[in-house]
Amino acid sequence: MTLSARIGLIIAAALIVLGAAAGALAWRPAIAAIEPPNPRSFDPELVRRGRQLVALGNCTDCHTVRGGQEFAGGLPVVTPFGTVFSTNITPDPETGIGRWSEQAFQRAMKSGVDRAGQHLYPTFPYDHFTHVTDADDRALYAYLMTRRPVRAPAPANHLTFPYDQRPLIAGWKLLFLQRDEVTPDPAKSTVWNRGAYLVQGLAHCGACHTPRNALGAERTAASFAGGQAENWVAYALNAASPAPVPWTEDALFDYLRNGWQKDHGVARGPMAQVVNNLSLVDDDDVRAIAAYTADIFGPPAAGRIQGAEAVRAEAAKPRSGPPQTSASTSAPKASGPDSTEGAAIYVAACASCHETGRALPYVGVDLHLSTGINAPDPRNVANTILYGLAARNGERSPIMPGFAASMTDAQVTALLNYLRATFSKQPPWSNIAQTVADARQAQAAFLQTAAEPPNIAIHTSPRGQP
Amino acid sequence: MMSLKINGQDHQVDAEPDTPLLYVLRDDIKLNAAKYGCGLGQCGACTVIVDGNAVFSCVTPILLLKDKEITTLEGLGTIEKPAPIQRAFMAEQSAQCGYCIPGMMMRAQALLQRNPNPTDQQIRAELAPHLCRCGTHMRILRAVHRAAEMMTRADAGDQGGTL
Repeated sequence: MTLSARIGLIIAAALIVLGAAAGALAWRPAIAAIEPPNPRSFDPELVRRGRQLVALGNCTDCHTVRGGQEFAGGLPVVTPFGTVFSTNITPDPETGIGRWSEQAFQRAMKSGVDRAGQHLYPTFPYDHFTHVTDADDRALYAYLMTRRPVRAPAPANHLTFPYDQRPLIAGWKLLFLQRDEVTPDPAKSTVWNRGAYLVQGLAHCGACHTPRNALGAERTAASFAGGQAENWVAYALNAASPAPVPWTEDALFDYLRNGWQKDHGVARGPMAQVVNNLSLVDDDDVRAIAAYTADIFGPPAAGRIQGAEAVRAEAAKPRSGPPQTSASTSAPKASGPDSTEGAAIYVAACASCHETGRALPYVGVDLHLSTGINAPDPRNVANTILYGLAARNGERSPIMPGFAASMTDAQVTALLNYLRATFSKQPPWSNIAQTVADARQAQAAFLQTAAEPPNIAIHTSPRGQP
Repeated sequence: MMSLKINGQDHQVDAEPDTPLLYVLRDDIKLNAAKYGCGLGQCGACTVIVDGNAVFSCVTPILLLKDKEITTLEGLGTIEKPAPIQRAFMAEQSAQCGYCIPGMMMRAQALLQRNPNPTDQQIRAELAPHLCRCGTHMRILRAVHRAAEMMTRADAGDQGGTL
């Protein structure tokens, strides 16, 4: 045997040993398949609780694709590592979770392993769901297992090597999956503790609102410092919040309860779906989320309170009737041909709804109050200008027409520059043209796959009469 | 004065730059196919095609339309020589009151130019922003399928108004 052959043999042996070690580390046993349980075997009270918990967990948002059945999966989730398709979580025995025992369901929630023992990608946010109590897992299971089974195999993921190797996920979990429970803080109120449990666990707010590292894990040191979802910025929920008027517990409660808040505007993009689901949830839990989140924001600095007063005063200024031409609205503070064009577009296309002097939700928010225009990244405003807010089937809902088909990227860019210069005190955005081009593409794709929000009876009473 | 290119012709329009395209079409150029419905871009009756895309003309100020190509229903066909999309809607008798139909036809036309063979699901999704109070939705769907078939056939242009 030559030397090189010997070396080759040694390397091969080492690889096998390493592989076996990694395999042993990564290996999880299958949990025996069961006969799909009779839906009537579940306690109706447990199912009722499960319905609220499923809404809190926003399960339908990822596990439903446009044109598909609720919970039947198939939504493409675009990640930096490739596209992962959500799975079918209806109780279909072949393509869903019909043969999963409660124990198998709980293992998936706690540690991201499916019934067959396969590691699940952390696009399924088990880094949060691991904190869900056994009792809540039982209710979630009861609700999902009493849905109508839908036969719908999940499409194969489009991941490049090495991300298509599921055993590697075991390594990811070693690094990033913190299994410890959310321990109550005796110094805080019951409501706060309930909120902490929900926000960190089932509601998985950090999955969008916390930035991620190069391996796609949340950077725990930067919790709630702002992240993203489907090419929308998920704003910072801490002291770095770009909202012109600081959030309070009551404002958060109103926003999460009704989908809009007078000093901040309406929920859009993926957050619209979240709020829509929350409408199934009792006031107590929404209040708990608001209380805990308000604490993350912290008390606003004195400067921010003054700024908010100035912005409120600006927004409350009476308008001299509907704007006729450029002369009657806010004079452009920026100069140059771009801002003149932007101002003209604002007056012609935006002001008739955004400058009526009437109160939300029947008109567009006064843009001095807009978080998007004050945010470090123009993406959300670009998404909204291009695609608007779609009306919801059979419900009163905020609406805005999109301008993707009538405005060029250059026109949207000019408008964004004008909005930033006029309605915020922040420095100009950079790289707007690229953001607009990306938004046009990403948002069109998202709107084609994201399911329409299910019809849920929303709380209409606070809207009052027009 | 502003120059607008509508149905292949240049028009000099004497209107404020923030005037909605719909008003210019109907009041100044007397092209009345596009209808005023809600004025909020929520019903679809005012839809025309701008550079190949369906656009709500009631929320589109003309200052956005410099150097763009505007097509209205009148630009697709005439009474003497209706376009395939118009012949298809007639053949399926899709109009009851007819108020929404020009908008429906324009968005369907834009879809078929982009995708000559849409699925039923795609047509439904595309026409979702359009309201019809008479309830001829099933006929409208059939008409769009029929138009797709007619437009992919080589002789699509030769059939004039015969049904």
